[in-house]
This record gives sequence, C-alpha cells and structure tokens, in this order.
Amino acid sequence: MTTAISVKNLGKQYQIGAAETKFRYNMLRDVLMDTVYAPVRLAKALIGKSDRRSNQNFVWALKDVSFDVDEGKVLGIVGRNGAGKSTLLKILSRVTEPTTGTVSVRGRVGSLLEVGTGFHPELTGRENIYMNGAILGMRRTEIDKKFDEMVDFSEVGQFIDTPVKRYSSGMYLRLAFAVAAHLEPEILVVDEVLAVGDAEFQRKCLGKMSDVAQQGRTVLFVSHNMSAILRLTQEAIVLKKGQLIKRAPTAEAVDFYLSSGQAESGQHVWEADDVPAASAPFRPISLRLKDRGGKVIDTVRSTEPVTVEWEYRLDAPVTGLRAGIYLSTMRGEYIFTTFDTDNAKQYEQFGARQAGRYVSRCEIPADFFNEGRYLLGVNASSFGVRRYFMDENALSFNVDISGAPGTQWPEVRQGPVRPRLDWKIEKLD
Amino acid sequence: MSELVKHEPTTIYIKPSKGLAALNLRDLWVYRELVFFMVWRDVKVKYKQTLLGMAWAVIQPIMTMLIFNFLFNNVAKLPTEGIPYPVFSFTALLPWGLFVVALNQGSRSLVAHNNMVTKIYFPRLILPMSSVFAGLVDFAIAFVILVGLMFYYKVTPAYELLWTLPLFLLLAIITALGVALWLSAINVKYRDVNHALPFLTQFWTFLTPVAYSASVISEKWQIAYSLNPMAGVVNGFRWAILGTGNGPDITLWVSVAISILIFVSGLFYFRSMEKTFADTI
Repeated sequence: MTTAISVKNLGKQYQIGAAETKFRYNMLRDVLMDTVYAPVRLAKALIGKSDRRSNQNFVWALKDVSFDVDEGKVLGIVGRNGAGKSTLLKILSRVTEPTTGTVSVRGRVGSLLEVGTGFHPELTGRENIYMNGAILGMRRTEIDKKFDEMVDFSEVGQFIDTPVKRYSSGMYLRLAFAVAAHLEPEILVVDEVLAVGDAEFQRKCLGKMSDVAQQGRTVLFVSHNMSAILRLTQEAIVLKKGQLIKRAPTAEAVDFYLSSGQAESGQHVWEADDVPAASAPFRPISLRLKDRGGKVIDTVRSTEPVTVEWEYRLDAPVTGLRAGIYLSTMRGEYIFTTFDTDNAKQYEQFGARQAGRYVSRCEIPADFFNEGRYLLGVNASSFGVRRYFMDENALSFNVDISGAPGTQWPEVRQGPVRPRLDWKIEKLD
Repeated sequence: MSELVKHEPTTIYIKPSKGLAALNLRDLWVYRELVFFMVWRDVKVKYKQTLLGMAWAVIQPIMTMLIFNFLFNNVAKLPTEGIPYPVFSFTALLPWGLFVVALNQGSRSLVAHNNMVTKIYFPRLILPMSSVFAGLVDFAIAFVILVGLMFYYKVTPAYELLWTLPLFLLLAIITALGVALWLSAINVKYRDVNHALPFLTQFWTFLTPVAYSASVISEKWQIAYSLNPMAGVVNGFRWAILGTGNGPDITLWVSVAISILIFVSGLFYFRSMEKTFADTI
C-alpha cells in the first residue's frame, strides 16, 4: 500500500498579541505622539525590527506532529477548539507554511472549505464555474469536460447564464459546491467545523465525502460530531494543544477523546462583566451539563439521560421567580422551554425565594436527542412583572447517537428529537 | 470511470522554504491558466453596472489629456519639441496610465483577494501579476485613440523606431510589476500602503515627464531625474513613436537598471513574505 500523506515532526508557530498595543488612542496626546514617531516605526518595520515588546509572544499551534496516511484511507481528526486541527489542514492544503518539519503529499489536495472562493457576484454561473475551477487548480479542458455534470449537480440549469448576484443563497452554495465536488482530488480535506450552510448542505458534503472514499481516494475529516467521525472513518487521531496524543481505530480514539476530559468543558461560567447591572438582584453563576456519574460533559450520549444544572445567586429576596432553560437547534428553532417552577407545587414552595445561592436542576431523559449540535439558553423572570436575566446562547453541546434507535442504518434522520418509541407490529392476515 | 486517466500523481513536499529555492517558478507555470482567468475576470467585471461601460477606457485618458492641455499648453505654454500638445502628452499617458492602474490595483491585489489567500493554495504572485496584465486592455484601447489623434493632427510616426516600442512597453510592465510586488507584500502587514497610494501616485506623476517634456530638466540633473524608471519609459515611448528626444543614452540605461533592480528585489521580497501572507493578512 502506498503512502498518500506523510507528516514528519510538523510544527507551526504563530505570533500572538502583535496588534495589542495598537488601539490605545485615548487621548489626543497619544495620537500626536504616535504621528511623530511614525517615521521611526516605518523605518524599523522595513528593516524587519518591530518596536513592539511582544516579540517573544509565540505559540506553537502544532508541535512535533508525525503520522502517515495510506492511500484510500479515511482518517478522522478530533480535538477541541485550538488543538491545531485547522492549522494542520491549512498546512496540508499549502495555504500556510510550517515552521518546522516536512509533509509529503501524493497528488492534488482538494478541500470542501474552499467552496465559492473567487466567485464574483457580477459574473454568470457559467463564468464563475470556469473562474472557480481555475482557482482550485483545474485545467480548462478538465472544466470543459465536467461542465455539464457540474451544472446538473448544482440544479441551477436555466440560470447558468445569469449573474450569480441574482441567485438565491441556496443556488449560490449549490453551484459553488458543485465545482469543489468535481475537482476530484487524490486527497480530500473536509473541515466540518468550518463548513457553512444549512443541514441539507452539510449532509451533501458528507455524502460527497463517502463517495470519494469509496472511489479509493484519501480523505481527512475534521469534525466535532463524534457520530459522524464514527460513521465515516476507520481510524482517527486526537490532537491536544498542537500535539498528537493518540492514534487508534476510530471507536477507540473517540472513547479516548471523550473520556480524557479533552472535550469542551460543557460549562458556561458568567463572569461579573458578563452580567448586566439591570439583572440585579439576580446573578447567574454557571450552567453545566452532567452525565449520570455527575461528570461535566459537552458531548451528550443520546442513549443516556443528562442533567442540566443552573447555579445562580439572589442578592435580595425575589417573589414569583422562575428560572428556566430554552433548548434549540443550532439553526435557532426552539425545541422546548421549561421553568423550575412549572410544577404548581414547586411554585408554592419556591415562588418566593430568600437571598442566597441556588441551583436549579433538571434531567432530560435518555432517547430524546437526535444527532448534531444543540443550544441551551437561560431565562430568569417573574411572570408579568419583570425579566431579570436572559441569555439565549449560554451553552452548546454535541449529541452522540451511537446505540440510538435506527443507527443500524447509516443515514441522517430528520428532526431534532429521536425518541425510542414502542412500535408494535401485527400481522393482520 | 473509463475516462478517468490513470496518471501517476505527483508528490508535493511541504516544508519551511529557505533562500533562493523559494522562488518556485515551476508552480507559476502550472497555474498559468489562472493568470488568464484573473485578467479576464478583472476586465469583464470592471465596467459592469456602469452606464457608459467600456467607453470609460476612452473617456479617462482623453479627459486627463484635455486637462493637461489646458494647464500646461494653454496656460503654462510648455515646449513640446514641435509636436501638437495633445499628441505629445497622450503618447506619455499610454505607459503612464498602465503604470498607475498597475500600481494601484497591483498594490491592493493581495488584500483585495484575502479570502483566496487564506483559503487555498496558488502562487500568490498571480494576484499582482494579473492586476498588471489587466491594465494592458485599457492600454490597447488608449493606443487606438493615439493612432486616431495622430491622424487628426497629421503627425507622422517615427516608422524606423517603432520596433523598439514593445521593448519600452516591457520596461513599463517590469517597473509596474516591481513596484506592485513591493507594495502589495508590505500592504499585507501594514495597510498604510492603502493610504499612501493616492499621494504616491500624484507625486510620481509630477516626477515623470507626462505633462511636460524631459528637455525642461537642466543637463546636470538629467541622471538624477532618470533614477525614476518611469522617466525612461515615458521618454522611450515618445522617442519610439514620435522620434523626439535623444533616444537611448546613459539616462535610459540608468532607468533600465533601476527598474530591473526594483523588479528583482521585489520578487525576492514578495517570495520571502509569501509564507506569512495567510497568517498576517
């Protein structure tokens, strides 16, 4: 088996905080001084010496990463935000250069995050196909050959000679995707984290990805969605703070990632600055998700119940208080709203609360979520009197559906919930 | 699947680039079609949603020439070596217009296409290059106008010298590209370039014999004056088309040397900064 990608001791260093000193023009004096020193700064910049003291502020986004990928393999890449996943993909697609180490890549690298790059609104669909194809490195003859296929795939048919600024956003995206999808690279890079568009579009991306894999080409797949990683890859690597800490068959790597506390914290903590003064006397402290064992999690297993905990402080007694949560999809559709005093008996007991620290806790039962990402919002109010505090995007989390009903079929199920229903099948004659 | 050509994929090595090897002109050749498409797009989009469309390519140089004619011919009465002033100044406006477009579009090209720079690989040189080449279309249109003007004013071209014109055009392109390489690369990190450009363009116009004849510069300053490579280009154009001036002498070679110096150093500066473009833009 030939090696498609070989990464050796790869490192990438970024300079951070370079622009920190730039915007402190508080006083006219600062502005004037800045102007006076401008020529000095210009001279220093041109000979390569920066006068900013933050010169030593370097971080390694990737450090000493080595791995090989065989031709025709699909490799998953997992890690939390800032672990270096996107940097790795950027180096592989030659957008940016590594600081140390080498990579050898056998064949053309295509990426599904390049969708629509170089599209010009004034050009027609046809013109943009040629333009975009050339940007992605396709030859003119190659584009000629695949042109009809791309138009079919994009379903914009009769509008192909209309400027794309007249397209709906869906048409625009489909056309852009059609070009990227027909590049037919030897190596395909998919960064789902950065993927734009609606669920339908993301589904199309994933579909195209498995097509490519079945044609024996190499795929690198980055995602926060563990069930997608499990479904689409055989092997995965785990990145942590720029280093490769695990490479294993996907199931093992995902387990390792989820259990090592690598996953995102699954907790939102409000700092004093985040809370508007108008919320007083209500002060939110934290919102978190916990599994059955009481551990804070950011990826929820749909086959297990999950507890939502909201901690807050009352600086003065409040009457009629209800503290609750909204659950919604990432597209902003509400799934439900619930308050801690919805139950009349609870309301009698806790409607009027003394000052102090509280936690309101509820359990979302097992077999409720479908796969994907969800949003939790919070709301604290006294009905008809006043809303103390509201944050619609307090916490987001992923749902892993391994073992959920219907997962024996590798398909996407519509809808935000995925209940386990008690089906009865009867033979009638 | 039968049409899938079974070719051996080439292996690409990605590593920190060092020294002269970083010039990588091979990739530029591989991506040559992209230069064509970028130029084509620039030309196509330039006059979209304008009432006058391509007419702007005619109106702009003619208006400039008329303003010059009023200021420097009617008011200041500058010498023009026996050539009607409109023809005299328009001949210089050809390469100068090309240079100004290249300077302004080229210097902004990387920043203007930052979504391409941060998302995909292609030789970044293509961006300033195609901005400069896109200027050639306007140049061609202006050239036709010049021919018309010469007919109208009954100016006979210097037929025996015309063959040198492409060489001066090449010199103009090299100069424009050289400056665009420097400024576009600096612009990635320091957007000061954007603010300096209008002023730089204006300043440079006065340093170049566009509106006036280089013969008004006194003898002892001629060498210093030709340190501006565009002076060589503009004098060259007048000499090749109208036969004015001394033709190639020491001042031209000074301009050529400076132009090549700017171009080569610009190429290396650009390439050495290129690896950080995606990170700093």
